[in-house]
Amino acid sequence: MHQTFDAVLEMNLLHANQAGADANRDRLDRWGITCLNIMSSPGSGKTQLLEETLRSLQAELRMAVIEGDMTTQLDAERLRKGGTPVIAINTGRACHLDSKMVAGGLHQFEHEQQPEAFDLMFVENVGNLVCPAEFEVGEHAKVALLSITEGEDKPLKYPLMFREADCLLITKTDLAPYLEVDIDKIVANVRQINSRAAIISVSAKTGEGLEDWYTWIRQTVTACANRSIAQMV
Amino acid sequence: MHETDMTKALILTVKGWLAQQPEQATVERVHLTVGDFAGVEPASLQFAFQVQTQGTFLDGAELVIKKTPLIAFCHPCQQEYRPDIGRQYSCACCQSPMDDIRSGRELKIERVEFSQSVAA
Repeated sequence: MHQTFDAVLEMNLLHANQAGADANRDRLDRWGITCLNIMSSPGSGKTQLLEETLRSLQAELRMAVIEGDMTTQLDAERLRKGGTPVIAINTGRACHLDSKMVAGGLHQFEHEQQPEAFDLMFVENVGNLVCPAEFEVGEHAKVALLSITEGEDKPLKYPLMFREADCLLITKTDLAPYLEVDIDKIVANVRQINSRAAIISVSAKTGEGLEDWYTWIRQTVTACANRSIAQMV
Repeated sequence: MHETDMTKALILTVKGWLAQQPEQATVERVHLTVGDFAGVEPASLQFAFQVQTQGTFLDGAELVIKKTPLIAFCHPCQQEYRPDIGRQYSCACCQSPMDDIRSGRELKIERVEFSQSVAA
């Protein structure tokens, strides 16, 4: 005869992804690398921001990029032009990077480079405001971009991404004169769901605000390095 | 459509749990809790579950999804409130940001109902 039973699991659905993300972070910590997960909708300016950032900071920080793209290598090729090592991951049908894909990227990175010589790793996620917010990849901080052409209401419509962000970059501010957009309103909408994130307005084209973004990066790298040292002693 | 990946994760978790059971068991029902503030659509999860379990050990098993509302706690007002998703998340009384989420972020496998043959 058959009898029915009940078992309590109480497990997070993303348990496996989370464990993989923690393992990636441990690996990055051992190498002394700070990892930033860069997320936004398609076309908000992630790649151009990275091009500028790599160019401006290459004298002081050793950087690498893991580039998530659904099918092409176009973004990776753009970033490689500046000489930065770029690991391209084609996510196929997946609309986000997960910790397993990034683990594969880190493996390749370790094989091709000397990881201990690096300070900073950017993970450029797939352009999407929904999925990447749920999948941690092993980053030390999350950076979300929102271009002013996307409208003031996006933080309200896609709250999870903006809540999770440690730093929000409002991009393409050079377009402000041509648009009816209220940047203060964007900031206020983000503040409803996230009171702690650094919010910086930037234009990768004119350079406006980029110094503030670099300052945030430096502070984050220093904070991570200090924490790693504290863990070792 | 990351519900496909979520469902894959769900199937793997249940599979792992089943492998640890001393006796052979058949999974009848999987109970999930999905918060209104999680980035997941319950209807898509149901669909993905049906498609992805076909021909597997979970074929015929039922996915039961319990939704939990988004509830935040406002510290200045010292009370819970329900943010209006898509419109307003800050406290309607004092406009403080939604810092403390008490419910609505869940994405959890609560329990599994299974049947086993037992000696009469």
